[in-house]
Amino acid sequence: MQLIQLIIDGVASGCIYGLVALGFVLIYKATETINFAQGDILMLGAFVAFSLIGVLGLNYILGFVLTVMIIAVFGFFLDAVVVRQIIGQPAFATVMLTIGLGFIFRGFASIYWGTDIFSFSTPFSGKITEVGGLIISYVNISIIVGTTLLMGILFAFFSFTKIGVAMRASSENQLAAYYMGIPVKFIFSLIWSISAGVAAIAGVLLAPITLVDTSISLIGLKAFAAAVLGGFGSIPGAIVGGIIIGIVEQLCGTYENYLFEGIREISAYLVLILTLIIYPRGLFSDKAEVKKV
Amino acid sequence: MRFIFKTNYAQDINMARHGGDRFWYGCLILLMLAMPLLIDDFYLGEISYICILAIAGIGLMILTGYTGLASLGHAAFLGVGAYTQAFLLTHGVPFYLSIPIVIVVSFLVGAAIGIPILRLTGMYLAIATLALCFIAEHVFIRWEHFTGGNRGMPVPQPEMLGLSFYDSATFYYFCLFFLIASMLVAINILRSPTGRAFVAIRDSEIAAQSLGVNLGIYKALSFAISGAFTGLAGALLAHYIGYLAPDIFNIFLSLTLLLLIVVGGMGSLHGTIFGAIFVGFLPQLIAICRDYLPSYIGSQPGLEPMLFGLILVLFILYEPLGIYGRWMKIKLFFELFPTYKKQTFKKQKVFTKTDRV
Repeated sequence: MQLIQLIIDGVASGCIYGLVALGFVLIYKATETINFAQGDILMLGAFVAFSLIGVLGLNYILGFVLTVMIIAVFGFFLDAVVVRQIIGQPAFATVMLTIGLGFIFRGFASIYWGTDIFSFSTPFSGKITEVGGLIISYVNISIIVGTTLLMGILFAFFSFTKIGVAMRASSENQLAAYYMGIPVKFIFSLIWSISAGVAAIAGVLLAPITLVDTSISLIGLKAFAAAVLGGFGSIPGAIVGGIIIGIVEQLCGTYENYLFEGIREISAYLVLILTLIIYPRGLFSDKAEVKKV
Repeated sequence: MRFIFKTNYAQDINMARHGGDRFWYGCLILLMLAMPLLIDDFYLGEISYICILAIAGIGLMILTGYTGLASLGHAAFLGVGAYTQAFLLTHGVPFYLSIPIVIVVSFLVGAAIGIPILRLTGMYLAIATLALCFIAEHVFIRWEHFTGGNRGMPVPQPEMLGLSFYDSATFYYFCLFFLIASMLVAINILRSPTGRAFVAIRDSEIAAQSLGVNLGIYKALSFAISGAFTGLAGALLAHYIGYLAPDIFNIFLSLTLLLLIVVGGMGSLHGTIFGAIFVGFLPQLIAICRDYLPSYIGSQPGLEPMLFGLILVLFILYEPLGIYGRWMKIKLFFELFPTYKKQTFKKQKVFTKTDRV
């Protein structure tokens, strides 16, 4: 029974990792850059939600939607103004650029909102339900349901809308997409905006659990583990990887005494290293289908 | 403009290209030797710190600037060096033995880390080293027998030949000695076949491989050499701070080292010195700037990381070659005076090369 309880908690926190990892994957698939500032965008999302819901007193749903829109627009201009300039430079330049951007966001947040820990009330906080002896909090339900809905929406978007198909095409082959008349630059900025929006959703869903402060940007680093485990470049892989990381973390935390002290905090990084050493392709990689040049 | 007419092989082997080099570097060394007479103890300490940063920078430069492998985990090597040094000195190993042991240990740790992750390239390597940095920090906290855990660990200051590290001039000379020695070793490694292989790997793995460079061995070797330099810097850093705590060796320190090589100029040993001076004086610079800013911004703790990130972003976007690159441009401008062309250093646009082959 305890095991199932742990797994449910793990799935909930894993969904958050998965959502952040999804942001990495979307950007990586399209532009082959990794956005090391993804966790910081999540943090900005949580702070903006705090400002709208906690300070201005907006309705939760309205605040949620507004937050996601603000961060998505922010993500669009982040690509259009800053990141696009270094396309074509070595991978190292993008790594450093996004790390630098992450520092700027974190510094900005701690100057503008301060270093205190904030919380805002959501319709889910503090409520729990019992199903057959299992205690499930509404927050966890909201995270799991939210992630499932979002996955459905994204799946529909990429499969059935014209712009979604254009995004897949530009990810597949930039040059061919140009020839087909797809505005590739605009599409890439749009992908950045979706990815930032997904991070903001994760931030707002996460806020009731971890509260809001600048340290939540570290989730971005754990989400790397999720993305790598799922095989960088696979959208379902990101979510599954995230859920596995979440469950592993919960289990390590509970059975810490049998392993060694403090394994919980580094379990995600251990999984990351082990994946890279043993099976760097990841679980859901599509690399096998790409032919070797 | 100076044209060097080479008449024998000794000129190629000689480190100084011409008399001017010899004169100016000689002046620089004399100035550095006279430094304790010129400035007070506080700034002497700062300059020692800059020397230590420069040694660590040489290590990271060999790995990132010359072999093209990005590492976000070099704070871990600094930590390994620092803790090994403190551990050895606490257990009575003399200083002149402990430094070689530290170098060997860091070399082996570098090789041990390098071998499993050398299959990874580009982004994956950056992510893996990032994870290693966190794991190492955690090991420093939990391995209490060796590191003293969160309580920290005092570093004994060695005394030999009647000299003590408590005297800041002595410590400064030690740092300077190790910096010059590391520089000479690094220059010679980089112009040996090993160093040429590193550069070949950076520029094109496929081309390097087809010329007979064993990618695995040379990447691991680059990691190990880089680890050895950084470990040496760590040992000196241990003496500089005097009391080790695990949270010194965090991700922020790794990023400081990366900032150092990016600002200094990727792929140049001069750059490590420029970068170290920049990074070493940055906190002072920020402290001075704070006084001129309105107090509600100036007193914020978040200002430092923000400026840190801003400088990094601006350099990456507008001067990817760093301070050394800028210096080269200025020099070339005067050498070619009326005929300098801006296009000489124009960034070449390339199509995104795919990692997914």
